[in-house]
Amino acid sequence: MKKWVAALIAALMMTVSICPSAFAAGTDEKPAAAKTGVTINVYNWGEYISNGVDDTIDVNKEFTKKTGIDVNYTTFDTNESLYSKLANGGANYDIIVPSDYMVSKLIQEGMVEKLNFNNIPNFKYIDKQFLNPKYDQTNAYSVPYTWGVVGIFYNKKYVTEPVDSWKILWNKKYSGKILMFDNPRDSFGIAQKLLGFSYNSTNSEEWEKAANLLKEQKPLVQAYVMDQIFDKMSSGDAWLAPYYAGDAATLVADNPNIGFSIPTKEGTNFFVDAICIPAGAQHKKEAEAYINFLCDPEIAAANVDYIGYSSPETAAKKLLPAETVNNPIFYPSESILKKSETFVNLPEDTNLLLDTLWAEVKMGGPGQTATLVVVLGGFLLLYIGIVVYKKIKAKRELQ
Amino acid sequence: MKVLSKIYMAFIFFFLYAPIFVLIIFSFNDSTTMSRSVWSGFSLKWYTKLFQDGMILDALRNTLIIALIAAIVSTVLGTAAAIGIGGMNKWMRRVTMNVTNLPMVNPEIVTGVSLMLLFVFVARGFGNVSLGMLSLILAHITFCLPYVILSVMPKLRQMDPHLYEAAQDLGCNPVLAFFKVVLPEIMPGVVTGMIMAFTLSIDDFVISYFTSGTTQTLPIFIYSMTRKRISPEINALSTLLFGTIMVLLLIVNLRQSKDKKVEENMMEEA
Repeated sequence: MKKWVAALIAALMMTVSICPSAFAAGTDEKPAAAKTGVTINVYNWGEYISNGVDDTIDVNKEFTKKTGIDVNYTTFDTNESLYSKLANGGANYDIIVPSDYMVSKLIQEGMVEKLNFNNIPNFKYIDKQFLNPKYDQTNAYSVPYTWGVVGIFYNKKYVTEPVDSWKILWNKKYSGKILMFDNPRDSFGIAQKLLGFSYNSTNSEEWEKAANLLKEQKPLVQAYVMDQIFDKMSSGDAWLAPYYAGDAATLVADNPNIGFSIPTKEGTNFFVDAICIPAGAQHKKEAEAYINFLCDPEIAAANVDYIGYSSPETAAKKLLPAETVNNPIFYPSESILKKSETFVNLPEDTNLLLDTLWAEVKMGGPGQTATLVVVLGGFLLLYIGIVVYKKIKAKRELQ
Repeated sequence: MKVLSKIYMAFIFFFLYAPIFVLIIFSFNDSTTMSRSVWSGFSLKWYTKLFQDGMILDALRNTLIIALIAAIVSTVLGTAAAIGIGGMNKWMRRVTMNVTNLPMVNPEIVTGVSLMLLFVFVARGFGNVSLGMLSLILAHITFCLPYVILSVMPKLRQMDPHLYEAAQDLGCNPVLAFFKVVLPEIMPGVVTGMIMAFTLSIDDFVISYFTSGTTQTLPIFIYSMTRKRISPEINALSTLLFGTIMVLLLIVNLRQSKDKKVEENMMEEA
């Protein structure tokens, strides 16, 4: 008995010890820089950096080799989970990569540090149009990492008309075959653009109108989803789905029937994910070295090549394959970009309103809540009735 | 009727294992992209990619280290606690068992948040250090403990309490009596508890999510892939984990049946 317990433990120990050696086996030609003994903690989106698979560049390993600074790389799934991790404390990150509106929220709440651009000489590669963005107007806190736009995926077999307006997502012909974003700002954004409002409106009437439009659309929507879009679209379960352009490449390659189009009539959302240093970071200088490294055109090109989003550096674009750079999915024309708008952080009361309205859209409003309460109340009464009836019956039988 | 019951059984097993088989099959899918629904030929490429991907392997290593330490420590502590509880009087035993069971019925999210608040509070006292490996291991030991106690207790109750006294009569000191007599008797319970603690620790997401600080375990890593899409490398990894656990369980079961046979033979000879 004891022996096999020992064997079990030994086997597990082996797996544990094999793991690090499996990826340390890569060949190192360049001499490595001396270890500085510093480890920076990086918090980035999942699958958002070139990881060395298939002869690509392993960005974190390269950085360690070049500077001697170790990288502890971890990942998050939404801006909100990034925010809660920072706000809760107990996690001392040196690098974070929030999206536009989260950057402005973090700046407003004093949760990010001003950058020292003397330590980031590669910042000069960032294109002019990405400087001083709406979410960081003095450009003191953030360096753009990737950007993209939102567009519509459609199945060419069933959707033959031109997809150039968000209106198509309200077409009854495609009832039950439409997918929508499962997050309030992206979903409301579509309705807002259709109504001609700004994404960053603080007018509650405009938000309510957008909500009404979404409620009108609800019966046609198959599901509110995020990454399930890929499976639902490629299997033909759904025909129309708005999503981030950068993810188009894999989907289009997967199924030649799937097309992608950016609604040019109303314009679209233009999003940026930017690199920041959270307030109180313990290794600010090393973090700035890391930002500088990410801005190196060669590294930036490797990253966007892996991620599928677009690079804010012309120098990096030159290193990418021509079919990517000339593809309007990845690099839409100036005219589309001029029509599009970025999210910035909303004031607290607008955010609250948005949450309530989104809940109403998804749940079906107070009217349906009332029916739900009535139905549940009915069941409760029925249950009580049965229990009472049984009790009475049992008492009678006893007598 | 018998046929019907067999069909019913077959259905149950089908529904239990179909998802796992789909997962295994798609780990061998030769798609250039990451499709999880369209089959395009057999290949081992996701396995080779898996072993090149330092991030997944890092997360896996963290998960295994935490699970191993948490399983061993919670087994030792849990067994000791079970023996201690076994020696209590009836009233005390009831109270203690209820207190130890509380974390099991407590929603995980409550345990997670409260542990996080405690850890952050303590970390502030130590000069604002980051949570990480240590806080994860402590959290995992905490939620594994009741399961170990719960699986050891019945074995202790089955054991004849006079065995321990008899061993001492025959010249064992208390420590020796525990290791020679009590431990072998309750071993199946201890091992079950340990395996349970290990698997619970491997797939815990909620509590780890709150207490992880700057360390990443496999479930958290996989969850963070959901904005893009979950890579088939994860299918490959799950297949390997599933296979390893299957083999381990097979070895355990074979051993046990062998042990039983040896025991029976000895009985017959005597």
